[in-house]
Amino acid sequence: MHRTLTALLATAFLALPSVAPAQDANPNVTARKAMMGLYAYNLGVLGGMAQGQMPYDADLARSAATSLFHLSRSGSARMWPAGTDATAMPGATRALPAIWENMPDFGARAGALAAATEAMMAAAGTDLASLQGAMAGLGGACGGCHQTYRMAQ
Amino acid sequence: MRRLAAAIVGAGLVGLAGFWVLTRPAELSAATLTLLASHPADAARGEAVFWAAGCASCHAAPGVAASAPVDQRLILAGGRRFASPFGTFTAPNVSMHPTAGIGTWTLAQFARALLLGVSPEGAHYYPAFPYTTYAHATATDVADLWAFWQGLPAVDTPSQPHDLGFPFTLRRGLGLWKLLNLSDEFVMTEASDPVIERGRYLVEALGHCGECHTPRDALGGLQRDNWLAGGPNPAGQGRIPTVPPQGWGASDIANYLQSGFTPSFDVVGGEMADVVANIGRIAPEDRAAIAAYLLALRSSPSL
Repeated sequence: MHRTLTALLATAFLALPSVAPAQDANPNVTARKAMMGLYAYNLGVLGGMAQGQMPYDADLARSAATSLFHLSRSGSARMWPAGTDATAMPGATRALPAIWENMPDFGARAGALAAATEAMMAAAGTDLASLQGAMAGLGGACGGCHQTYRMAQ
Repeated sequence: MRRLAAAIVGAGLVGLAGFWVLTRPAELSAATLTLLASHPADAARGEAVFWAAGCASCHAAPGVAASAPVDQRLILAGGRRFASPFGTFTAPNVSMHPTAGIGTWTLAQFARALLLGVSPEGAHYYPAFPYTTYAHATATDVADLWAFWQGLPAVDTPSQPHDLGFPFTLRRGLGLWKLLNLSDEFVMTEASDPVIERGRYLVEALGHCGECHTPRDALGGLQRDNWLAGGPNPAGQGRIPTVPPQGWGASDIANYLQSGFTPSFDVVGGEMADVVANIGRIAPEDRAAIAAYLLALRSSPSL
């Protein structure tokens, strides 16, 4: 009885680490998600105006676009170390291993995003039509990575 | 003993004959052929059908991203690969090239391919080509689409073979699969108003949303009683979501299909990025019709 209980407890203990990674907060993954949240927060302002869900406000639009501009230049390359993909950390991230197999392309797409945020910063404070005109390029730059490098839900 | 052997051989022959009859590639009906021949085809309307039917999602060259200029999405060179439990399918060249593509096809051959999944040589196509969806399309839409298609560029990229295991290499057996899965019936049997009816046509006849968003059975057929309910991603990791997503309203769905932005301003990814690149080019009222259909199908907040 005693031995059985000990064995059970040992098994339970040994089983723990295999469960843990999905719950463990990896600082890189946490930072990536926080950064994506900030992109969405600022895109929400620009997109909300572009889609007519909120009135156009040049100062607010310029502020949101400037935030995106700086976010895309915030040195986030450090957030993507090897071993932080969806296969290595199931349930914790949707970043596909393809990122690490195509790092130069991933970097080029980050560069395209930086260019799109610059275009938006130039357009957002001008008028609503300019903002709307820059929106497709910005969304396309986000989608450029999501299409290839993000796992389905 | 000899009689038994004869009986077994006889039963086998009857079975083979039955298989041969049941799996015979279908022909277009006389009514459809008449409609095709008499319709004054309109290439501009055909372009709208092209985007609604999402042809470029599969037949554009690999590496042509959703954000690529539209003329690149109109080069139907094929070559994209689609993993499945049965093997990997590779989309063929369907450009207007006379030998590498389908440049010598007639309208009737084009319509037979789309509506019945049968090649001009009389072979079954694999259902990676979503003809179980296109079977619901109208003959006039097919004729308009062909009018548009004939103006598209010819490219000489050779089509690549599919990479399938036995017995899926035997196309004749697909005749049985079609008996199980090819239906004229819409999943939503009653469309309560013309907008929902238009949305039903766009989703169930052209858009082939169900090909990813509806779970499949062991034979790869769509589970029509789990229509658009989502499920494991058949082509890779992760899950394909239920549509409409929980809490999305009509304008959320229409905006997403036009811009790729979710209500919380996440941005579309995966295969859906290509879908938005196509559906973003149809008329706004058609995107609204898709939204009306989806909300009529499954009231999203109650999921």
